[in-house]
Amino acid sequence: MNNLKLIIKREFIARVRNRTFVVMTFLSPLIVVGMVLLITWLATLNNDEIRKVALFDETGLFSSDFKDSEEVDYIDYSSVTLNDAKDSVVIKKLDGLLYIPKKLTNKELAKSIQFFAEEAPNVTILNTIEKVIGDKLTNQNFKEKDLDLDAIEDSKAKVNIQIENFSGEKTSKMSNYVKMIFGGAAGYFLMMFIIIYGNMVMRSVIEEKSNRIIEIIISSVKPLQLMMGKILGTSFAGILQFLIWLILGGVLLTVASSVFGIDPQPGGLNSSILQENNQQEIQLILQDIMKLPLGTLVLSFFIYFIGGYFLYSAIYAAIGAAVDSETDSQQFMLPIILPLMLGIYVGFFSVIENPHGTVSTIFSMIPLTSPIVMLMRIPFGVPWWQVLISILLLVASILFITWLAAKIYKVGILMYGKKPSYKELFKWIKY
Amino acid sequence: MVNLLEVQQATKRFGTFTALDNVSIQVPKGSIFGLLGPNGAGKTTLIRIINQITLPDEGNVLLDNESLKPHHIRDIGYLPEERGLYKSMKVGEQALYLAQLKGLSKTEAKERLKYWFDKFDIGHWWDKKIQELSKGMAQKVQFIVTVLHKPKLLIFDEPFSGFDPINANLIKDEILQLQQEGATVIFSTHRMESVEELCDHIALINKSKKILEGKVTDIKRTYKSNTFEVGILTENSKDLYTHLQETFTVVPANFKTIDDQLKMKITLDKNTSSNDLLQYLSDKGQIMRFNEVIPGINEIFIKTITENE
Repeated sequence: MNNLKLIIKREFIARVRNRTFVVMTFLSPLIVVGMVLLITWLATLNNDEIRKVALFDETGLFSSDFKDSEEVDYIDYSSVTLNDAKDSVVIKKLDGLLYIPKKLTNKELAKSIQFFAEEAPNVTILNTIEKVIGDKLTNQNFKEKDLDLDAIEDSKAKVNIQIENFSGEKTSKMSNYVKMIFGGAAGYFLMMFIIIYGNMVMRSVIEEKSNRIIEIIISSVKPLQLMMGKILGTSFAGILQFLIWLILGGVLLTVASSVFGIDPQPGGLNSSILQENNQQEIQLILQDIMKLPLGTLVLSFFIYFIGGYFLYSAIYAAIGAAVDSETDSQQFMLPIILPLMLGIYVGFFSVIENPHGTVSTIFSMIPLTSPIVMLMRIPFGVPWWQVLISILLLVASILFITWLAAKIYKVGILMYGKKPSYKELFKWIKY
Repeated sequence: MVNLLEVQQATKRFGTFTALDNVSIQVPKGSIFGLLGPNGAGKTTLIRIINQITLPDEGNVLLDNESLKPHHIRDIGYLPEERGLYKSMKVGEQALYLAQLKGLSKTEAKERLKYWFDKFDIGHWWDKKIQELSKGMAQKVQFIVTVLHKPKLLIFDEPFSGFDPINANLIKDEILQLQQEGATVIFSTHRMESVEELCDHIALINKSKKILEGKVTDIKRTYKSNTFEVGILTENSKDLYTHLQETFTVVPANFKTIDDQLKMKITLDKNTSSNDLLQYLSDKGQIMRFNEVIPGINEIFIKTITENE
């Protein structure tokens, strides 16, 4: 026990003192925050630019419908000839020319509208233009058919389904997104942790082999003890690094957002959700977050996080023991990368589509993929017996894999020179 | 004599390959025991079994008349042939770490390290990283770490490789010193001259079997062939040589002299003593050289192994 503590301490200090580790610990949050700021800044930059579009309307119907907005200014060139209008667009460096020709029928007209531009215009502008013309033409069609516009407007039905569970609680439609984000973040985080720190365990095993110190060490401690010490020491270093990232990142982001006055909310999904929904919806989302089984979530996160990390780092340690250098380790990476990728893909495609489907359920039981897939499923509510089976299987396989890895480790650390094959690894297990 | 270590009929197989086949050795307390054998004979496997790095499939190992247990690790100091240190760790920290793994407390380890570092005059290395030291320098640190916890049994696998002659001598003296202080030493090497110089007991392993074991003097006694190297100053050397051939087994010998002697090796049968030979030779000329040919360990090594092939 005492030796295990010594090994953990040494591994922890060796990792933490490593120059790359220190640099990455303090540089990564800076880089990430810098990127966020850069992206936000670029986005605002783009939005500030007002496009100028020339309008050549032969019908004279639409000039009043194209109103200048925050994004686009329309300039009417209908009084000159089409060629003159084109020339002015080029000379004045406008963003394009919208040409609406005179046609006999609306149907024909709808097909023959053209947009001249040096570069293809952006999609939002085109959509707006299409909508303006489309609405106008539709209304005209209604009129031609003697339909009452007000009556049509009146008879349009708008549906907004209220979601409520059987115990009478209301939830927002966004609740699935919330669960998805929580589960996805947890699963992705676990995968990153396994890859980064599992690799570190492997490198540390290889280092001992290539420094030829291994035999000196294992004449004092049991190989299993050494392997466990390595895995634990490295994981503590990893947890420390993640904590520093979290704190530093948070502080930097807060400071940056207050200094630059930029909303640190990541763009994309989140902000569009917020824009599209009213206050009440936001309230419901917050309620949804609060209503997530946070206790279960945190607890299962810890169980699967620790379990997953141990399972994979034991494999990493065995691989490190089997090879002489990091380049040789590539051939054994498949059993690690494949289930991790499978877990992530099943998580992001199957679980989100159908959290309780057969595929999701099975993969949340198979030990190598279960930590990631189950973490993604849990926010959607998983029957306790499924979680129990999954955890039992995980624990059993940790014991089994560690036992197997320890066998390979024990033989491998004393083998130099030749690159072993899977067949030889299998033979080592039987020694 | 009391044995510190007894290996009893140890067998170890790796798959279909038998690395060690029913090997027993007895290492007397306070001895320097040479473990000899060609490459791949099974020496390292035997040493690893003694160090509890590998478990034997069959057989038993007794240390101080007790079956090997995990706590015995602290009674053994092992310098493996494949040795090294953490390259990016500082010398002092590393030595402390390894000493603590052997069960020393931090303060105790520090004290003893200071003693040894002063003795080897390497105190200023404490804060250097191993990668800044030469191979020989690192070997000194390894030697210190091996003996620091004052083990009863010291196992050195090729201890002199990587040392220059001066430092090799220094290490040799330290090993002898440790023996005087009561330690028992197992010594595995290919360098026969150091075996000749240091070991009082040897065991010879070939192709995973032990083929010879015992006190060096006893072994030499059994391997000597009652042969004497003789140099005589005589007028008529040709006649004497033919004459001698009638009574004894004689072959010409070659050794350096300043005058022109008759040089030969004479092997006696069991019933003839060296005195009989001397008497016979005394009136044949002036005897300049007369000494018994004692086989070197090197010779015994080669002879036993070729005989066993």
